[in-house]
Amino acid sequence: MEQILEILEGLHPEVDFETCKTLIDDRIIDSFDIVTLISDLSEEFDINIPVEEIIPENFNSAKAIHALIERLLEDE
Amino acid sequence: MQNNVLEYLENIVGKVPDKIAYADENCGATFRDVYDISRSIGTFLNQQGHYKEPVVVFMGKHPGAIITFYGVIYSGCYYVPIDEEMPKHRIELIFQSLKPKAVICDDDSIKAIEEFDYKGARLYLYEDINKTAHEEHLLANIRDKQIDTDPIYIVFTSGSTGIPKGVVACHRSVIDYIENLSNVLKINEDTVFGNQTPLYVDACLKELYPTLKYGATTYIIPKSFFMFPLKLVEFLNDKKINTVCWVVSALTIISAFGTFEKAKPEFLHTIAFGSEVFPIKQFRLWRENLPNARFINLYGPTECTGMSTYYEVNRDFELHEAIPIGRPFKNTDILLLDDEDKLVSSGEAGEICIRGTSLTLGYYKNFEKTNEVFVQNPLNDSYPELIYRTGDLGKYNEQGELVFVSRKDNQIKHMGHRIELGEIEVVANMQPEIKSACCIFDDIKKKIILYYVGDITKAEVANFLKQKLPRYMVPNVIEKLDSMPLTPNGKINRVLLKENYK
Repeated sequence: MEQILEILEGLHPEVDFETCKTLIDDRIIDSFDIVTLISDLSEEFDINIPVEEIIPENFNSAKAIHALIERLLEDE
Repeated sequence: MQNNVLEYLENIVGKVPDKIAYADENCGATFRDVYDISRSIGTFLNQQGHYKEPVVVFMGKHPGAIITFYGVIYSGCYYVPIDEEMPKHRIELIFQSLKPKAVICDDDSIKAIEEFDYKGARLYLYEDINKTAHEEHLLANIRDKQIDTDPIYIVFTSGSTGIPKGVVACHRSVIDYIENLSNVLKINEDTVFGNQTPLYVDACLKELYPTLKYGATTYIIPKSFFMFPLKLVEFLNDKKINTVCWVVSALTIISAFGTFEKAKPEFLHTIAFGSEVFPIKQFRLWRENLPNARFINLYGPTECTGMSTYYEVNRDFELHEAIPIGRPFKNTDILLLDDEDKLVSSGEAGEICIRGTSLTLGYYKNFEKTNEVFVQNPLNDSYPELIYRTGDLGKYNEQGELVFVSRKDNQIKHMGHRIELGEIEVVANMQPEIKSACCIFDDIKKKIILYYVGDITKAEVANFLKQKLPRYMVPNVIEKLDSMPLTPNGKINRVLLKENYK
């Protein structure tokens, strides 16, 4: 979770990612960020995020991203 | 001879009145709707006394905004598209530069506009004015007096001094562009466009006007779909979209995430792109997965109406190669000039200078900046002839194709947008705590990096910049320094900053 927060804060230092649950809905993360975010996450956790997981529900909060990463790590 | 862009609309409405011209997720407008509503808006604006002046169109991205553009042209005025996504500061600068007397809003944007100091402008609501009864004699009178060098729009582009510049384009240059672009892209009545670019840049001309010329259809793709590749491909297939003119980063969102393994755009046969270098690895994925599609690289500055050159990909490229920008459109000429304003010898790099009807009229209320770049052709000492100096360096390769080399100054291309790093620095320096600021661009990772000196946190700087700059201009990385490295002359040492960054 720490690593995820760090990556997110790198993108938007002014946002409180621990509490925000509407990253996509409120357009805090936009198409400019998603590419960077996915490549940073893939690198940090050495995982491959398949395209079918790149959906709004998985990126709306740090918690949702965390759950996605956990799931992908377990599958490996 | 056609001398007004509205003739496209008037011609097509008799042929396919009930066909959908423009649509988004929620609603669509037929050619008859476009014709009727734009004439209503034209009548209304003229009744209110607006004529030969800028009319700001501050609306969301939906068919109504496009129809309003044409309505403004019917009134004899020229449209200035503004988007809610633009930051407040930028919109204020645009208002200061234009001092518009009329602003057209929709139900959503009317609330946003209340935040602005729009002073002398009168606000009109699209929903209130789009049913005005046509006054045919008014519209006919306006048309009778219109000539093809009258302006039709102003779009704003980044300026190094911190003030965006308003590029003014006329009927003639738009017609010239649309005719030649349509021939290259082979647009016809079966074309179904999927629009990605915002309505407030000239990039959207590629879809708006050919749709009228041929009775094609344009679907506006919701911006959020460009984050979620599978949804995007689903939309393309659902709407049977066969032609796209996107920025490269929008195309790579599909190819980079392995989308093609799950879904392919089934109807897509023409893919135009531009404004950025296409990484060959990504480009290969596209070409392998859509082997029968045509891929066309486009290049051109806003100052010369949309695009000026094209290259249709007909061979493979090595990973380190750049796709050429090819050759000028018909009726456009490219000169490569050296430092002494002479034509370069073959194979040498020179500044790309453009000659032709496609030149726009210049920058709105800014003769100084206009005269710096719209200049007398130095190769012609016999009569007045303007060329536009792009500030881009280009050269011809062994195949005789034009290739983009680099910029002469600090202008960059990022996410398809043209950005002056100087504008970001000017805005950063407006923050009282910031003592010094410098921006560099990482060409490899495509990131804007801002260095600053001052007693303020990175988060505060980010917050400040987000209020002042469009989203695509906000630096991706912000770094605080104890002091700024300087050159012996006392200027900020950009080269050193760039070296240290790596």
